[in-house]
Parts: sequence; structure tokens; C-alpha cells
Amino acid sequence: MSEGVTTTTVEVNGHACRVWTKGHGPLLGYLPGIGGLPQWTPFLDLLARERTVIAPSLPGFPGAAGHDLLDTHLDWLLATYDLLQKCGLAGADLIASSVSGALAADVAGVWPGFLRRLTLIAPFGLFDPAEPATDIWAQRPGHLNGLLCAEAQTYKDFVAQPDTVDPIEWKVEQMRALEAAARFLFPTGNTGLAARLGRIRNDTLLVWGEGDRVMPLAYAARFQAGIAGATALTVIPVAGHLAELDAPAPVAKAILEFLR
Amino acid sequence: MKLMWFHLMPYTELPADFRERCSSVWIDIDPKLFDPARGHLMYNDFMDELEYAATCGFDAICVNEHHANGYGQMPSPNLIASSLARSTRDSALCILGNSVALYNPPTRVAEEMAMIDCISGGRVIAGFPVGSPQDTCFAYGQNPSMLRQRYYEGIEFIQQAWTRDEVFTFDGRFTKQRYVNVWPRPIQRPHPPIWIPGGGSVETWQYCAEHDFVYCFLSYFGYKVAREQMYGYWAEIKRLGKEPNPYRAGFLQFVGVAETRAEAMQLYREPAEYFYGRCLHVDPRWVVPPGYMTEATIRARVESQMQLAAKVSAGGGPSINQNATTFEAIVDNGYVLVGSPDEVADKLREVALDLGVGHLMLLLQFGNMSKELTNYNTRIFAEKVMPQLHDLFDDQWEDHWWIKPLPTPQRANAQVAA
Repeated sequence: MSEGVTTTTVEVNGHACRVWTKGHGPLLGYLPGIGGLPQWTPFLDLLARERTVIAPSLPGFPGAAGHDLLDTHLDWLLATYDLLQKCGLAGADLIASSVSGALAADVAGVWPGFLRRLTLIAPFGLFDPAEPATDIWAQRPGHLNGLLCAEAQTYKDFVAQPDTVDPIEWKVEQMRALEAAARFLFPTGNTGLAARLGRIRNDTLLVWGEGDRVMPLAYAARFQAGIAGATALTVIPVAGHLAELDAPAPVAKAILEFLR
Repeated sequence: MKLMWFHLMPYTELPADFRERCSSVWIDIDPKLFDPARGHLMYNDFMDELEYAATCGFDAICVNEHHANGYGQMPSPNLIASSLARSTRDSALCILGNSVALYNPPTRVAEEMAMIDCISGGRVIAGFPVGSPQDTCFAYGQNPSMLRQRYYEGIEFIQQAWTRDEVFTFDGRFTKQRYVNVWPRPIQRPHPPIWIPGGGSVETWQYCAEHDFVYCFLSYFGYKVAREQMYGYWAEIKRLGKEPNPYRAGFLQFVGVAETRAEAMQLYREPAEYFYGRCLHVDPRWVVPPGYMTEATIRARVESQMQLAAKVSAGGGPSINQNATTFEAIVDNGYVLVGSPDEVADKLREVALDLGVGHLMLLLQFGNMSKELTNYNTRIFAEKVMPQLHDLFDDQWEDHWWIKPLPTPQRANAQVAA
């Protein structure tokens, strides 16, 4: 764990959800992508130099339970809203990556004014049969690593089991995180968000890894065309779907510039 | 002991280079490989074989459910079972399953099985598998994280629909139906016996024991692989204080029998290699969608893998190769039990006693086996193996999980085979 990170919990639907906090300055929330946040990352350290970074875990993601209570998209939206509010992110800027992007985008649209500026890193939520996102739920063992990051080793290192943790529970936690995302996105990742993008009035930065092998870059244009607020797109070279893991410095720089 | 004839209905003309041409027999199998004109012949052969097995005296004929699958061409087992309900008279019709979570509302499952129970005069065994991840999550797009919750609720719904004698409201988590009224009602009271095919999870064992359902271990890998599962099941039954009645359990075994072992080895080589080489060519990407396995099962499997890894590193490897595709390995591993009638009977008796299974399901057609060879296998089994096994367990145990058909005088006088 990086120095200076504090761990607290908030309750959502009666279940504890872990909240990691580090840094100083205005609040900045971060909802991680597929697999959640098994460990603190260099990307968050970079953000924490200028902002107070708050990284809560959605139900079922590492450090949080209760995903199996959530059956509908409304359940997930309410859980996300409650989580963000309880960890003090009402009115704050928010970054949401990959699978979490689908929920953050809807929270921004359904509760206008609840969030300030929005950054979406290769978000889920839309689906185009002519240009389908990769089926992340149907992958051969070990293959997901190479899909999520430009270099498979990057993701492998990200989810590597620390010596201090029970290996079985570590594996269970990772599977649970994948399940939690599947619970609101299976099978296509389409949450019907397309019909609600026009409700999003927040200034929104879209960030995409140039080598994203999960979510085609073409989806960025759909988000930009649909979102009612001002949008910008930053494409990160030498980065895959979880661009903040592949290229922490360029992604953090783009976001901090957007937020200044 | 009950001897039950089971059909998968495999497509029998997958090309020799299937493994090279297609990544999987399941989900994304090339649709162009299916020739409907050949399918016409196959379905009719398969149904002939099921009907023939009924005439030979098997206690049940069994159908099952698969989707987008080159080795299991029964997306609707109820369609086949309804035809068999008319064309057979005495054998039980074991429908394994319907995968309940695929049908919302599950009313349709309750209705169709009740119809078949009526048509057949009360001969339905109602199998309710949770369904494979391939069938449920990928072929039917069900959410793996909610599949089991839907499944358990669906079975509860069906039981109520079959047993409650008034129109009622079901306000479940997933199924909400203001007026539930299954019409027709099943003949068997309180309802047809419920059997649960499972893959060996502790939760399923407990679920079967608590609800008094039959647990069936349906594997393509034979009696050797089944030991661990069935021993675990019986240990759980004992722990729960239930009586160890072998009729609480079912088990599936591939069998090839002939007058001599040499003849059997010659006859069943090609269909066995076809099944294990082509039909079980399943892309691992379709095997474990996140959420399909319960956390308890993940824990057990990770633990087991760690133990296995430790065993291998200590110099002892696994004794069973689950990827065998040559006939010698298939037979050595016990996937297919091959031999003369006496050899097969002796081995099946040993297996049934070892695993404690009173319901033995037999795959006597497998792979690209022709109708002629299937019927030979069926006939010789019925004539020379079955008599050596039928008495097993019956002096000690009563089968509380078997069909209760109408008495013969009350049965329709349909023109049927047997």
C-alpha cells in the first residue's frame, strides 16, 4: 500500500464498502474499471499531488460486499449514488473507468448537479453490433490480462497476490469483482445509456487508450455526440483499455489539466 | 437398481478436421455445418433409438437440454419427451432438464411438464439443472451472477404451481405473476419426482438433501472421476442425517457392450474417439463466466488446484487425464466402459456399489454411432447385462423418487410401442 493512503468504510445497503483516500486539495473521486482496485496505483499517486483522491469500492469490488443484493440497473444506480454521497463526493469531480463509467455517467445524468466535472475512461454503457466491444466475460484463462492493458504483464502485476494475503481469498475477491461488473453489464455492456446521455450536462473529459482492445475508440464519438455538456477527448498513445494503468502520467496529466 | 437409457443426440457428421476448422463445438460452432436434411434423418434415428430402448425394457428413457451445441441437439427436451409420451407405454420419461432459469416466467416449464405427465399417464421425472454456463449464460444470455438465484426461485415457483389447489399470486424476486394457475395439473401427486443434475458443489448436495430431490452426477468422464463427487455427496448426506438410500442418486456412464471384449473394442473405437475428439472440443472461453460458480465452489476448486499443484511438484501427478481422445486412453480412464456382457455387468455392479447410485443412466449411443450399432448395444445390454443388475439394492431400499403412473386400466389405449 502506498504511503499516506487511509482506509475507511461506508455502508451501502447494510454492507461495508472500502474507501481509500490520499492527498490534499479539492476532492476528486475515482471509480476503477474491470476488477476494481486490488491495490493503490501510481496513477492515483499522481492525482493525489494536487487533489484529495477518494477511491470507493462499488459493491462486490475489492473491499466491498453486497453486489448480490442488486438486481436491476436502478439498484446499481442508487448504490453508486449512495456510495459517492456517503464518502463525501457530492459536488466533487469524478473519474470513472471502464465498467464503472456506465454507472457514473448515469448518476451524472439522473441527478443533475450531484457531480461536478466528469472524466470517463473508455466507459461501458453503449453497444453497437456493427462495432461490438470485446466480450470480456468469455475469455480463455489468462487472456484477460492482455486485453485490458497494452502489456499483459501490467495487469498481471496489478492483480498479483501480495504475500500477506490469503491466496484463496485473493482469488475469490478478484472473481467477485468480475462478477459484480457482470451483474450490471452482462452480456453486452449495454445499459441503455445511449437514451440518457442527453441528461448529462457536466463538462466531460473522455479518455481512451489508443490501443484499447476492449472498447472501440469509435464509441468516444458516440459519447461526445450524446452528452449535453461540453466534452473533450484525449487519446493516450501506448495504452490499452485501462489506460490509467498503462500510462499513468499522461492520463493523470490530461485529467488534472481538464480539472484546472 | 434402475437402468435408464440416455440420449444426447449428437450431430453425427462433424468433419474429421473439426478441431482444426472450428474453435468449439459449443456456442460458436459453424452454423453452416448443420445440414437440415441430415438433421431430419438424425432426429428420426435418435427417436427410433429411444423408442427401441423402451421396448427393450429399460426403466426410463432420458432426454436433456443443450443449446448451440453440436453434441447435444435437444434445445427443447420437452418436444422429444412429448413425442415419446405417445410412442412408449411403460418406461419413465426422464427429462434432465429443463434449465429453469432460462424461462421467465417458469410457468411454461410447469405447464409443459404437466402436459407430458398427463399425456404419458404419469411417467415424467422432472429434471431441473441449473444449466451449463455455455447453455445458460452464453447461448441464452442469462446473467451468470443471477442465474442461481433465478433457478432456485424458479423451482420454488414450479413446485407451488404444481401443488397449490387454488389460483395464487407469486411475488418473487425475479418472477412476479398475479395469477398462477397451471392447467393441466400433473397426474403425479404431489408432483413428478424432481431430480437435480449437478457438477459437485456442496450447495447442490445440501439443496437436494434439504428438498428431498435426487442428485445426479452427469459427467462424460466416467466412474473414476465420479468417485470424488459421489463420495462427497454421501458424506454430506450422512452429515445431514439423511438415510443413505442409493435412490437418492443418479450417475451417467458411457457403455459399449458386445459378445466379446475384442469385438467391443473394435465396434466402439470410432464413436468414442468421435465423441471425445470432436464433440468435446469446447473452447475454454465458454467455461467460466464470472458469477456462475459460487464463492464456496471457487474456494474449494482453488484449494483443490493448490493441493494438486503441490502433489505434482512432489512427484505425483493426477491419475485421470480429462483430455484423452484415443480409444485406449478413453477406456483406461473409464470414460467408456467396454467389454463383454459379463465384464460390463460386473464392472457396473462394482461402480454402482462403490458410488452408491441406484439410478444408473447409460449412454449406449455416443458420438457418431449408427442406429444399427446403437440398437445392437442396447439390445445386448438389455438381454445380457440388465438381468444381472436389476435386483441390486431392491432388497434393502425403496425408490421413493420414482414415477407413480396411473394404473394400467386407467391409461389411454394409444397405439404405442411398449
